[in-house]
Amino acid sequence: MNNYETVFILNPVLSDEQMKDAVGSFEALLKNHGAEILNVEKWGLKKLAYPIQHKSTGFYNLIEFNADSSLVHTLEVEYKRDERVMRFLTIALDKHAVEYNARRRKGEFNKAKKEEVAA
Amino acid sequence: MTLVNEPVNRDQQKKKYCRFKKNGIKYVDYKNPDFLLKFVNEQGKLLPRRLTGTSLKYQKKVAQAVKRARHIALLPYVTDSLK
Repeated sequence: MNNYETVFILNPVLSDEQMKDAVGSFEALLKNHGAEILNVEKWGLKKLAYPIQHKSTGFYNLIEFNADSSLVHTLEVEYKRDERVMRFLTIALDKHAVEYNARRRKGEFNKAKKEEVAA
Repeated sequence: MTLVNEPVNRDQQKKKYCRFKKNGIKYVDYKNPDFLLKFVNEQGKLLPRRLTGTSLKYQKKVAQAVKRARHIALLPYVTDSLK
């Protein structure tokens, strides 16, 4: 069971309900395959640094979970199949990353957002 | 007018240090663009180690984080007025 973190950007033209349904479908996919979801974050509508598919904003979501390695492949196939997802990135977390995320969830970095505090 | 140029006292200048070792930062987060902006020049290109002074180990982590941030459009690949 490794720790993974996935960020995906949804098409901004979706209605709010479609947005929730899309995120829900990925969460459900993870749960069905026995992944343990640690953290779900919705960053909402953000401006993209460069246009993707001729759109300049996107709906960012983050899911942090731990699962066995075969699940990542199925998740990414699902991303590719779903045309609401404009872009996705799944990474494996090493121990420093896991510890950093735990601190981030505790909200330690909101104050010191500028200067990364000793991790 | 001496033709020999005097030695430039470069080391008395600010002693460069690796900010990651100094602050004990172990993980460079790719989701935090304003921290990564410190390692990128105005055009969005990665700054070399000789300017930022970071050690090789952390420069690789920074490079990987910047490339990931670019992939999910938090940082631009190329721009002219980043800062």
